[in-house]
Amino acid sequence: MIPPRFDYARPASLDEALQLLASREGEAKVLAGGFSLLPLMKYRLAQPGLLVDIGRVAGLDAIEEVDGELRIGARATHGAIAGHPLVAARYPLIREAAGGIGDPQIRNWGTIGGSCAHADPASDWPAVIQALRGSFVCRSLGRERVVAARGFFLDVFTTGIEPTEVLTQVRVPRPGPRSGGAYVKLERRTGDFATVGVAAQVQLGADGRIAEVGLGLTAVADAPFAAGDAEDALRGALPTAEKFREAGLAAARQARPTEDRHGPVDYKLTMVRVMTERALRLATERAQANG
Amino acid sequence: MSTIHVSVTVNGERREADVEPRLLLVHLLRDTFGLTGTHIGCDSSNCGACTVHVDGMSAKSCTMLAVQVDGREVRTIEGMADGAALHPLQQAFWDQHGLQCGFCTPGMIMQAAWLLEQNAAPSEGEIREGIAGNLCRCTGYVNIVKAIQQAADTLRAVDAPAEPATAG
Repeated sequence: MIPPRFDYARPASLDEALQLLASREGEAKVLAGGFSLLPLMKYRLAQPGLLVDIGRVAGLDAIEEVDGELRIGARATHGAIAGHPLVAARYPLIREAAGGIGDPQIRNWGTIGGSCAHADPASDWPAVIQALRGSFVCRSLGRERVVAARGFFLDVFTTGIEPTEVLTQVRVPRPGPRSGGAYVKLERRTGDFATVGVAAQVQLGADGRIAEVGLGLTAVADAPFAAGDAEDALRGALPTAEKFREAGLAAARQARPTEDRHGPVDYKLTMVRVMTERALRLATERAQANG
Repeated sequence: MSTIHVSVTVNGERREADVEPRLLLVHLLRDTFGLTGTHIGCDSSNCGACTVHVDGMSAKSCTMLAVQVDGREVRTIEGMADGAALHPLQQAFWDQHGLQCGFCTPGMIMQAAWLLEQNAAPSEGEIREGIAGNLCRCTGYVNIVKAIQQAADTLRAVDAPAEPATAG
């Protein structure tokens, strides 16, 4: 399949890219790795008039820790993130999610910024970044804003990013001691998009209770979301199987899956419950081991 | 029709072309440069038959634009053999019957080559995860995994300095 015709520009700097986006507002799209955008274009689900290839813009792929948070350049690939020593040492949930995206070739070229801006409801990053209460840096000409990940994902392939903005960075606060995370994903075949995915980040208090928790759900609504009701049920409680079951039920009540080839709605809701319990159990075990 | 000039190093040789922005890398390789060893299978980044290396990283060339590789280095299956001497991976696929119809083989070999560059001694599980983005619809994967194991052994023996003989 050959994509429809488009104009192509490969700016050398971010400002040049932003100028292009502003001058062709609404019809220009940013191209990073291309592993999300090009399939959409082949299927004619996207027909941008101009592709702005940021593949050669310097400084967009750094992975570093600044002011107690991890800052991942938007063009960092899933593979580079999964293999980064800083991520491996302090952000195990990020590492687990990055290493499970697609397949090795996709991880070599697909980027975290591209994936988040693309906002496929079944992609993995949005739920993970929401579970970690992260944020996105969006740049336009002369303006930079930091947007919380919770609330950023609005609908299928739709986010709060403006057509004149480039997502330049993903930020995630550094988890403390007694914290643990897990991303569990139900996929029919290796490398498939998730049928259901659940990201859990658990912060235990000195008393062994759940001091804070983040839960992000993949593929069971038009946009990946944080399961706030389940989080509320867990906060302050002891991490028991009964509590996790209650959280799973609350998460399923917030989910709005649609029937497709992965299964009917009631099956998916059951899987939300099961995968939420599993993610919480695993995250809590890891938090307890991370004393 | 507006075109863009691209200059790509393919298997060590500099190649140039004027291309439409929408031309896919796999078509640049096959149709423009005549390197038909890279196959088009699913054309939707699932099957891995079109796997090549771009700047040393394996990529599905059906999901990359030719203009994206301007100035970069591309390696294809045609760049693996050294004259008449097969690359150890090619020899191993032959020896271990790692193919039947052969359609997936160029992509399998290019992905395996990348995998062995990352990990010279992968376990069976690591090999299977390493080729998770490459589908074979006839042999199954048992002999493909054996072939990659054989090639890993061969390549390690080539790279390792000769073991000093132990006394006694």
